Amino acid sequence: MAILKANLELCQGYANCVVAADDVYDMDDDGLVVLLKTRVDESDRQRVETAAKSCPANALWLEDE
Amino acid sequence: MSGGVLIVGGSVGGIRAARALRNEGYAGAVTVVEAESNLPYDKPPLSKAPLDGDAHVPLLTAEEARELDIELVLGRAAVELRPQDRQVVLGDGVVLDYEELVIATGAAARPAPWSGPGVHVLRTIADARALRESLLGASHLLVVGAGFIGAEVASLARKQGIEVTIVDPAPTPMARVMGDELGQRFSQLHRTHGVDTRFGATVDTLEHVEGGIRAELSDGSSVLVDAVVVGIGAVLNTRWLESSGLALEDGVECDEFGRVAGAEHIFAVGDIARWYQPRQEKAARVEHWTNAVEQANCVARNIFAPDAPVPHDPVAYVWSDQYDWKIQLFGTRDITGTPVVVEQAEPFRLAAIWQDADGRASGGLTVNWPKASVQLRRTIAAGGPADQVHAQIAGTAVRA
Repeated sequence: MAILKANLELCQGYANCVVAADDVYDMDDDGLVVLLKTRVDESDRQRVETAAKSCPANALWLEDE
Repeated sequence: MSGGVLIVGGSVGGIRAARALRNEGYAGAVTVVEAESNLPYDKPPLSKAPLDGDAHVPLLTAEEARELDIELVLGRAAVELRPQDRQVVLGDGVVLDYEELVIATGAAARPAPWSGPGVHVLRTIADARALRESLLGASHLLVVGAGFIGAEVASLARKQGIEVTIVDPAPTPMARVMGDELGQRFSQLHRTHGVDTRFGATVDTLEHVEGGIRAELSDGSSVLVDAVVVGIGAVLNTRWLESSGLALEDGVECDEFGRVAGAEHIFAVGDIARWYQPRQEKAARVEHWTNAVEQANCVARNIFAPDAPVPHDPVAYVWSDQYDWKIQLFGTRDITGTPVVVEQAEPFRLAAIWQDADGRASGGLTVNWPKASVQLRRTIAAGGPADQVHAQIAGTAVRA
């Protein structure tokens, strides 16, 4: 299990993460990322991490629990 | 020496390919050759980060390179590719062997027609630092070319209280990517922020004189400035491939899996790669950050698992920060057609939607409206109807 983290100060609303995995990432009305879940199973880790790394602002990352 | 995967080019496409190979679990050697001697860095901040700071945002630190076992060969350019021998020759004569090659040498700034102190292009971290130094204490900047780079630099300079004159032969800024009607709004944006705009004009002569740089413009006027930034496009870094036998017509031609046409064990990513795009039924280059990242992930996968290659069929996406506008552009836009525009006055935001002949949403532009941007990108990717996403976005504008 890994924990998904977001730094809202860095988020610029590019929304690449939402396009890559919209069951995990959403966006609020101000254009800031909303994490729909933060606990990520190992089996899903690569997909969620690829979406996180599509962030141009480096605002998303996974940490091991 | 070497073997494994050799990546030529250490900007976002190359570095992301190297990282993605390790993500996939690739265990062979991964080597990145980069002509610049700086540690790999990201390009978008060069024209977006404030002028009073450094614009260096690392793509891969030395520590990360060690941890991921990615060998960085910096400050050495590739000068020749020998596909039949699976070799790349570096400028100092060193020959690197590869099992799989990734071409990621991108593009360079189109050189300015003038030279001398205070005259800049902006493509590398060295360019960015020189420009920032030149603008310290400058009172007047001339921007030649009102595309993304020119508009972003103009915006940054205004934030520092520097007077800006912007010159472009086109009647409106960024007309190439959004058409004249929307381009007008971007002319107005510059003017609202105090920029002296000279659209439909060119620089006839530019010379260093006492007290600065004097530019004579085709409209008969002249300006005296401290610095000039020239953003007139890019030229592909294909020279090292000229003797390779690869077809080099507007970049390196690839199939939808990133495999270079007519070659084996060669892939290409980023600005230099002209990929086949199934949705558009043609090959095209996409010079955007997000596309380079997506292509890099795709190529890494296809190198790791060549028997079940996955395609990459992008919805082009690019963003730009200009003054208080956060601009996002995506898909393909027929700039001779008229997009439908949804606009909200307070706070200001805008979405424009282009459609194809069958009424499907094909492209979009949003200003200060990330949610509309997500809806549009999804609709375009799914080939959904333009009128439906228009109604959806218009609905949220009314409520807001």
